[in-house]
Amino acid sequence: MNPASTQNLSSLKPGETALISNIDADNSLFHRLAALGFRNGKRVELVRCASFNGPLHVRIGSTDIILRRTEASRIQVQTS
Amino acid sequence: MKRIALLGMPNTGKSTLFNRLSGASARVGNWPGITVDLMSAKILIGGHIAELIDLPGLYDLHGYSDDEQVVRHFLCNNTIDLVMIVANSAQIDRQLSLALQIRALGLPCILLLNMSDEAKRAGITINTEEMSFKLNMPVVQISAKYGVRCPDALKAASLVLSKQKQHVDAEKISKQLQQDSNIEAEMEAIVEATVQMPMQLGDDLTNRIDKVLLHPWLGLPIFFAAMYILFQFIFNAGKPLQDGIAWLLAIFRTNALEPLLLNAPTWLSGLLLDGVYNGLGTVAAFIPIIVLFFLIMTMVEDSGYLSRAAFLVDALMAKMGLDGRGFVMVLMGFGCNVPALMGTRVMRSKNMRLLTMLVIPLSLCSARLQVFLFMTATLFTASQAPLVLFALYLVSFITIFITAMLFKNQYPNSEPFILELPPYRFPTGRQIWLRGWQEVKYFLSRASKFITIGVILVWALTHFPLDAAPASSATLAGKIGDCFSVVLNPIGIDSQLAITLIFGFVAKEIVIGALAVIYGLQGDALMHLMAQKLDWVQGMSFMLFTLIYTPCLSTIITLKNEAKSWAFAMLSIIWSLMLAWIVSFVFYQSARWLGF
Ligand SMILES: Nc1nc2c(ncn2[C@@H]2O[C@H](COP(=O)(O)OP(=O)(O)O)[C@@H](O)[C@H]2O)c(=O)[nH]1
Ligand SMILES: [Mg+2]
Repeated sequence: MNPASTQNLSSLKPGETALISNIDADNSLFHRLAALGFRNGKRVELVRCASFNGPLHVRIGSTDIILRRTEASRIQVQTS
Repeated sequence: MKRIALLGMPNTGKSTLFNRLSGASARVGNWPGITVDLMSAKILIGGHIAELIDLPGLYDLHGYSDDEQVVRHFLCNNTIDLVMIVANSAQIDRQLSLALQIRALGLPCILLLNMSDEAKRAGITINTEEMSFKLNMPVVQISAKYGVRCPDALKAASLVLSKQKQHVDAEKISKQLQQDSNIEAEMEAIVEATVQMPMQLGDDLTNRIDKVLLHPWLGLPIFFAAMYILFQFIFNAGKPLQDGIAWLLAIFRTNALEPLLLNAPTWLSGLLLDGVYNGLGTVAAFIPIIVLFFLIMTMVEDSGYLSRAAFLVDALMAKMGLDGRGFVMVLMGFGCNVPALMGTRVMRSKNMRLLTMLVIPLSLCSARLQVFLFMTATLFTASQAPLVLFALYLVSFITIFITAMLFKNQYPNSEPFILELPPYRFPTGRQIWLRGWQEVKYFLSRASKFITIGVILVWALTHFPLDAAPASSATLAGKIGDCFSVVLNPIGIDSQLAITLIFGFVAKEIVIGALAVIYGLQGDALMHLMAQKLDWVQGMSFMLFTLIYTPCLSTIITLKNEAKSWAFAMLSIIWSLMLAWIVSFVFYQSARWLGF
């Protein structure tokens, strides 16, 4: 019914995976994210969130990464 | 001499490889164009001596982080004959980009695919010959940690070195660096052709451990419990070692040095024994603590738990402008400030590191605790004393918080908070010892001179002029104390206590000893006299001032070494002096006003 919906990486729930559809970040953040494997079309998994609205733990390929919610909200993902 | 640089993304094992190739012969060098310390060592390669340099980790040659700028400056200002690119085999699908960027600069390079042991376990196979052909550079898969195929890597390196005739001009590199290259497609094609990754990735053991250690409710309690145990271990095991060193030094003094200087004039034996020898003793006292601290910290860091700690406490720390790794170091500062300051090197953002270094000296270290234990036993009843100690710890936390809040805009952190969580690893014994040894060597070579000079200076202040009784009001220290009576009287500190504060500048451990010299009494007698001379309000004010005014000479010297700036060390001193005075003033005057 709802084939693909676009949302923020930070609004995924733990255990969910999604495809990256867009990264809207300034140059320095963009470079860093790209080097860590965040590119359009890649699959990410939200592993867990820290308590007290803390950072997110995501997995992309063979790399586990933690990032704050502000940075995660720049990454648009598509769940199917 | 040929120059070889190790370059790669953070956490790929550059330093491990550096240590593997150089043994313990590394030294810290200065390089044109950059202000951070880089380790370098002379190694034998293909029958020639070459200089090997361990560069900081970088994600992208065009990146904006402090470390990335350091590497760029290094490449533009120093001629390099070979770049050894180090990459994590298990993450080659994204780390290859760096190799392509370096190749585009025209620098001679070889690619070392490190952590072959982990890649094997994960079922990742890489066709290095094919990759070497496609990249047009030698590719060797190694394990730096276990020494697998490292000789082959050296052989490949020496081949490249011998083939190449002239230097690559640093200026050319600087020009090349300005052009961005698009390498993503090429990277994907090479990975596609040479790397086989299993469908199911991720280390299962790591996942299971993370489920517990990063648990939403259990994570933080486990973190604090772990920190408490490590802390107790480092500083409880360190204490007898420190006492042992002090004991040995004292024996040497009474049995060898004092008889030797028996006929020397008093001032000379005083200078040599109480100045120079005590200065060296002050330096020596830190050795066991620094070794223990880094033995433990190497395990915590290499295991990958430090990054997890950052995950757990980031929500609490972000508001203070600090991060989780900084928080661990601040906690360790409650044992001893010196290794905690050295430990901040794990923080890669310069500003955040400076902010952390500014707050660490405010943590109530074990040396200050000794002074407070003595004073509270003197001035308070057994049931009051623990409350007073608790209050002092609370004040310490509050001053840390206030300082971080006030200065966080001065040291804004520009780097995005994005950290890799490595799989859990355990360092080898060799890695642990090497680190402890390197840090002690660093501390001794950088700090011993200044600390000794400082101790001699304080000795001179408290013993000149020679006809005055040592540490009395007729000495220079006493005169200085008188000068400051205008500011010290309003906080209830008399001129005799002021002299103790001058001693306390060297090390807090000697404050009690200084009181004994000043009053000419020891132990219970000293306690009695002080209880008569001071009321609790004065005593508390003195303790508050001692807590905040300045940690100790060794901390200040370490601060200066780590920040590479006397100005920063001065800022720290002036800020803590001001803060100490304000806190003591507010306390003393309001207590008096309330009629105590
Ligand atoms: N399993 C494994 N771990 C390694 C190897 N080389 C380095 N490490 C570990 O990887 C982590 C990062 O190493 P380090 O040398 O500090 O990386 P750097 O940031 O590139 O200097 C440490 O925990 C090392 O023990 C290796 O060949 N195999
Ligand atoms: Mg390193």
